[in-house]
Amino acid sequence: MNLLEVNDLKMHFPIHGGITARKIGAVKAVDGISLSIRKGETLGIVGESGCGKSTLGKAIVRLTNPTAGSIHINGKDITHMSQGQLRPLRKQFQMMFQDPAESLNPRMSVGEIITEPMLIQKIGNRISRRERAIELLERVGMPASAVDKFSFEFSGGQRQRIGVARAIALQPELLVLDEPVSALDVSVQSQVLNLLMELQDEMGIAYMFIAHDLAVVKHISDNVAVMYLGKLVEMADADIIYKNPKHAYTKALISAIPIPDPTVEKERVILEGDVPSPINPPKGSAFGHRINHPNYAETEDLDMPLVEINPGHWVAADPCCLSEEDYAKARALV
Amino acid sequence: MSEDVLTIKNLQTAFDTDSGRLTAVDGVSFTVPAGKTVGIVGESGCGKSVTAMSIVQLLPQPAGVITGGEVIFKGKNLIGADDETLYSIRGNEIGVIFQEPMTSLNPVHRIGKQLSESLILHKGLSKKDAWKESIELLDMVGIPSPEIRASEYPHQLSGGMRQRVVIAIALACKPDLIIADEPTTALDVTVQAQILDLLNKLQKENGSSVILITHDLGVIAETCDEVVVMYAGRVVEQAPVINIFKNPQHAYTKGLLASMTKLDTPRKSILQTIPNMVAGIADFVCGCRFCQRMKREGETLKVRPEFKEVATDHWVEACPECTDHA
Repeated sequence: MNLLEVNDLKMHFPIHGGITARKIGAVKAVDGISLSIRKGETLGIVGESGCGKSTLGKAIVRLTNPTAGSIHINGKDITHMSQGQLRPLRKQFQMMFQDPAESLNPRMSVGEIITEPMLIQKIGNRISRRERAIELLERVGMPASAVDKFSFEFSGGQRQRIGVARAIALQPELLVLDEPVSALDVSVQSQVLNLLMELQDEMGIAYMFIAHDLAVVKHISDNVAVMYLGKLVEMADADIIYKNPKHAYTKALISAIPIPDPTVEKERVILEGDVPSPINPPKGSAFGHRINHPNYAETEDLDMPLVEINPGHWVAADPCCLSEEDYAKARALV
Repeated sequence: MSEDVLTIKNLQTAFDTDSGRLTAVDGVSFTVPAGKTVGIVGESGCGKSVTAMSIVQLLPQPAGVITGGEVIFKGKNLIGADDETLYSIRGNEIGVIFQEPMTSLNPVHRIGKQLSESLILHKGLSKKDAWKESIELLDMVGIPSPEIRASEYPHQLSGGMRQRVVIAIALACKPDLIIADEPTTALDVTVQAQILDLLNKLQKENGSSVILITHDLGVIAETCDEVVVMYAGRVVEQAPVINIFKNPQHAYTKGLLASMTKLDTPRKSILQTIPNMVAGIADFVCGCRFCQRMKREGETLKVRPEFKEVATDHWVEACPECTDHA
């Protein structure tokens, strides 16, 4: 059984306008996403800013109320649970945020920050919680003396370690990491990534790793899903998706990564423009629209679901973004 | 082409703080040849931006002071130059691209007006001509329908578009030197590729020199001719880009290169790291500061290592512990 099972998840935000503030539209931030994560595995989510990666992460840990679809964790449907019903289950899934400076309360000591989840879950007493906080701090490579200090006394990398300590305090089975290393310098970035990988080995935590740095995502993930404008366009094993990307958007993303070797001359696909607005998304193939693909018109009324083109390799059946051969194969599977 | 646009000699920049005067840039020297791109790389807080802002003397006031050294731009020393001279150089002969496009544009003025400003000031154009020229500049940096965009406000543009506007402003007067401080750090990889491509193209057209500050070695490899590696307020290594990547000499440069996550590192392998952290600015030792990070003890912490040329144009801070050069 999969630890996390997400089915056709939609997260739309209404736009109100006019004198009566009636609903005049919706931002379709997440628009029909299905994915699953097995115990102890990492799923990486990549995409440009504004594609809905963070919204997806927040919806999965139920910080928002999804518009449609379903989320199962350990077989339990949490899609429509109230926050009260969710509370005892929250031990199983936690979230960690991008900016450690903003996600750690400056008025709380590090010890209070780390023990807060245990306090909410009514685990242990004051003394045992403090002991556990020290144990966690040492586990993430911080001195025990940090427990009585404040988060702003530490550097970015150390603060992110405190964030990790808080996220693992309840020994969750699933951890949603929203850009956990983007704010850090390379040398510190690899320290935190090593820590995350060690913790996964030890505790068997599954990660949903959201990031825009493709090299980092590839390194830490078992599977990678590429998101574009609220939808998944491709999902496969991390090595396969980088070696043999099928979707034109995945190819463009990979080719945009600067290669740290001045002797390599590479052919780069330079994408024009930005991700279109999710308020008025193009009717047909969103990426086909961005690259002005000649076949765009025929996709306007076409259903383009994610299909399993090779075992474990899923791609959207989009005539604008696949090679002719792949498209024929994908269309036959729809 | 061998002429140098900018020569920095032994630059010292300090900040006055509650705990006294702290030296953020401690004796930095390098040159920028005409038409070339020089990259400055290093971790946050190593003094990259302070070095760049010292060139144009846009340091936070009154805390930031240049306490020594020379910045020679086209034969003139800018340190100690009067405000008048600096006004005529900034935005005219030296263009600056700042990191955060949202905070470096004025939210209450139209894009076209912000572009016109330097044209009116430095080139003496009339408002009307400056507006026309602004539209041409927006077109040049690849902004679609520039006539409409010129009368819009910064918040109406996306991050990538705003960064293009900032580049257009920096290039408005065809400067001899462009200082780009992390121009793509806040952007997506796809947009980063667009912006780097654009900078490269415009640099070739105008023949400007560029100082590119970044912490991304991938960006350095793809855009720079020369690289300056900074650590804790000093230059630890300086060399042509090929040497930095193929034959790095200083342990810090090697560490930076090794700790990068690359697409071809085996998945889930343990990444190399540089242990510990940069010391706080107040605790910097006089000797080798990388030895300080590595918690070494002894002579190297006391005496500042000599900065010497170990191969043609390849300079390194020759600490006996961190390099093979003593």
